[in-house]
Amino acid sequence: MSPLKIKKGSSKHSAYDLKDPNADYIERHTLACVVTNEAGVLARVIGLFSGRGYNIESLTVAEVDHEGHRSRITIVTVGTPAVITQIKAQLERMVPVHDVHDLTEEGASVERELALFKVTGTGNDRIEALRLAEIFRANVVDSTLESFVFEMTGHSEKIDAFADLMRPLGLVEQARTGVAALSRGAK
Amino acid sequence: MANKQMTGAEMVVQALIDQGVDTVFGYPGGAVLPIYDEIFQQEKINHILVRHEQGATHAAEGYARSTGKPGVVLVTSGPGATNAVTGMTDALMDSIPMIVLCGQVPTFMIGNDAFQEADTVGITRPCSKHNWLVKDTDQLSDVIHQAFHVATHGRPGPVLVDIPKDVQFAKGTYVPPKAASTQHYAPKVKGDIEKITELVEMMEKAQRPILYTGGGVINSGDSATALLRELAKETGFPVTSTLMGLGAYPASGDQWLGMLGMHGLYEANMAMHGCDLMINIGARFDDRITGRVDAFSPHSKKAHIDIDASSINKIIHVDVPIIGDVAHVLEDLLRVWKSRGRKTHKEGLAKWWKKIEEWRTKRCLEYKNSETIIKPQYALQRLEALTKHRKDRFICTEVGQHQMWAAQYLGFEEPNHWMTSGGLGTMGYGLPASVGVQVAHPDALVINVAGEASWLMNMQEMGTARQYNLPIKQFILNNERLGMVRQWQQLLHGNRYSHSWSEALPDFVVLAQAFGAKGIKCTDPSDLDDAIMEMLNYDGPVVFDCGVEKHENCYPMIPSGAPHNEMLMGEDTGEDAIGTKGAVMV
Repeated sequence: MSPLKIKKGSSKHSAYDLKDPNADYIERHTLACVVTNEAGVLARVIGLFSGRGYNIESLTVAEVDHEGHRSRITIVTVGTPAVITQIKAQLERMVPVHDVHDLTEEGASVERELALFKVTGTGNDRIEALRLAEIFRANVVDSTLESFVFEMTGHSEKIDAFADLMRPLGLVEQARTGVAALSRGAK
Repeated sequence: MANKQMTGAEMVVQALIDQGVDTVFGYPGGAVLPIYDEIFQQEKINHILVRHEQGATHAAEGYARSTGKPGVVLVTSGPGATNAVTGMTDALMDSIPMIVLCGQVPTFMIGNDAFQEADTVGITRPCSKHNWLVKDTDQLSDVIHQAFHVATHGRPGPVLVDIPKDVQFAKGTYVPPKAASTQHYAPKVKGDIEKITELVEMMEKAQRPILYTGGGVINSGDSATALLRELAKETGFPVTSTLMGLGAYPASGDQWLGMLGMHGLYEANMAMHGCDLMINIGARFDDRITGRVDAFSPHSKKAHIDIDASSINKIIHVDVPIIGDVAHVLEDLLRVWKSRGRKTHKEGLAKWWKKIEEWRTKRCLEYKNSETIIKPQYALQRLEALTKHRKDRFICTEVGQHQMWAAQYLGFEEPNHWMTSGGLGTMGYGLPASVGVQVAHPDALVINVAGEASWLMNMQEMGTARQYNLPIKQFILNNERLGMVRQWQQLLHGNRYSHSWSEALPDFVVLAQAFGAKGIKCTDPSDLDDAIMEMLNYDGPVVFDCGVEKHENCYPMIPSGAPHNEMLMGEDTGEDAIGTKGAVMV
C-alpha cells in the first residue's frame, strides 16, 4: 500500500483534477465576431472551439465589408455562464478578431436561418406538404411532378418544426445555413 | 529610411536589423537557403547554429527570458518547422516573446506534398499567438514587423512567419517598422481605476492579505519589479510567487514566503489557504498552484491583475478583476493607496505575521542529510552557498524533481535570472536555454540544474556550446531515475515503477569529453564543494555528473485533488520509507 492508501485504478487522486467543475447550468448564446478577412481566420476560430472543448451549434461566415476586409462570423454555442465568458475572452484576444458581441446578453436581437427542403411524393402527401408550406410561408423554388424544393427563412425553431412536419410527408434532403443574427434597434 | 526595393531574403535580414535583433538561433535547410545567403553576407546579426531546431526555440526562450527582448529563431520548412513546435508551445504556455521565421516550399508547390513540405501555419496555429503565411514579397517586411509587435505586446508569446522560397527570391518594396500596419493590435495596458480603487479599499481593511505574484511581473519589465517591491515594502504584506515569477521579489526579503503550489513552501501555501485578501499579480491560477479548486483559499476575497482578460475567471472566480499591464496597474494602485493615506490594518497584519512565523517554524524544507550519499537538496544548498554571491548568476533547469528542488533551495534576488519550463513542463528545455542565456550574457555564470533524463533529451546542444565557446555549467543531479515520475508511482501507483528508470545511462564524463567539454563526476558529499569549485573555475562548458540519492522524494507536496492545507511533508524519505512510514498528511 502506498503512503496515500490509494487503490489501483482509483481516479480520486491523479495528476489532474478529473471532475468537471462546470457540469452545472448550460446556456445557449449567439455570438457575432467581426474579423479580418484573411486566410485561415475561420480555421483559427474553429480551432479555438475544438482545442478548448467548446461547443459549436451553428456557425456562419461571410465577408461583410469588402473594402475593409472584414467578415462577420455568427456562432451559436452552448455552455455554462463561466464557459461562455471564457469563449468571449478567448475570441477577443485573437489577433484578427476586432469585435465580439454576445447578442444573447446585449439585449434583443433578430436571428434568422435559411433552409432548403427537398420533399418527394405524390397524392395526398404532396398536397399536404404544399399546404403546410403555405402555412409556414415557405416558397417553392423548384418543382417536378414528384418533388418540391421549399425555401424557408426564419428562426431555427420554426425551421425545426417545419422539418419535423415534412419528415413523414417525404422529406429526403435538407440544407441549412446556420444562424445569422443582428441586434435590434438603431445601435 | 525610404521604402526601397529588395529581395524577400534581404528584407528578412533588414527587418531583423531594424527591429534591433542582434542574435538569431537557427538551422539551415533547402527552403531557407536564400535567407542564409544574406546572413552570410552581413555582420550585424549574430547567427547561432544549434544542433536541433527544438534547441533553437529553447535557446531563444533562454535569450528572451534573460534579456527581456524577444528571441528569434530561423528554421527551414517541414521537419525544421515541426521540430520547433515544442519550443513554441513552451513559449506560449510561459508567455515568452519569440519570433520563428521559417522557410516554406515555393508558393506554386504548396499543397503538392512537396519535399520537406508541411502545413506549418496549420500545425503551429494552436501553439502560436498568431502566425502568417506570406505569399507576396511586397507584404513580407510588413508582416515581420507585425510579428514582432504581436509577440511583444499584450501577453507576450510566440509567433511564426512562414516564408515560401520564391517569396525569398522575388523583389518587393521594403516597409520600415514605423510604417508597418501594427495599430489594430493594441491590448489595453491601463487598468480600470474604479476597480483599482476597490482593491485599495480592500487592502486597507485586510487583516490577512497576501501578494501572489507570477511571471507577468517579470514580463511587464523592470519597473513592474520595482513597483512590486515598493508595494510590498510600503504595505508590509507577505509575498509568495509562482515558479515563473521567482526573482521579482528578492528571496532574501523579509516578506518572502517562498514559492507556492504543488511543491511550494508550507508557509506560502498555508498563507494562501488562510488569507482574507489574495492579490494575484500576473499569475494565472494554474492547476499546480490551486490544488483542489473548490477548496482553494475558501475565506478570501480575490483580486486578479492580468493583461490577458481570458486568464481572469478562467479557473478561480475573482471579486476584483483588473485587466491591464502589471507595471501600469501597480503604479495606479500605489498612487491611489498613498493618496488615501497609506492605510493598512496594522493590528491584523501583526497577528497575520505571527501566524506566518508559526508556519515557518515547521521548516518544511528540512531533510535527512547523509554522510555517504549526496542528497539532491544538499547538492543544491552547496551550489547556492558557493554561487549566491555572484550577481551575474543565471539558473536554468530541466523539468522534474531537480527543478522543484532548485526553486526551493536556490534564492533569486533579481528577475530574469531564472529560466525554467513552467506551464508545458518540457524536459530538454534547460540545456538549450542555458545556451541562449550564455549567448546573451557571455561573461555571466550560467548554470543548468538538470536531471540526467531531461538533460539527455537535448544533449546535442553541447556541440553548440563548444562551437561558440559558451562556458555553460550543466549541473546534473543524477539519480538514474525519472525522479518525479518515480515519486508519483511510489505515492500514487503502489510502488509500481513502470519504465521510470534508464538501464543504459552514458558515462557523462566521457560524453562531456566527446563534445570537447569538461566532465566532472562526484558521488561523495565530502568531495562536493571541491568539485563544484572545479566546475565554477573552469573556463569552458562543464558537464557535472552529481550522483545523488536515487529514491529521494520532493516535499512538501500537495497531491492533486487536495487543498493547500493538506500537504505531504518529507518526514521520511528514501527507499526505506516506501510503503511503511512514508509521508503523512498534514
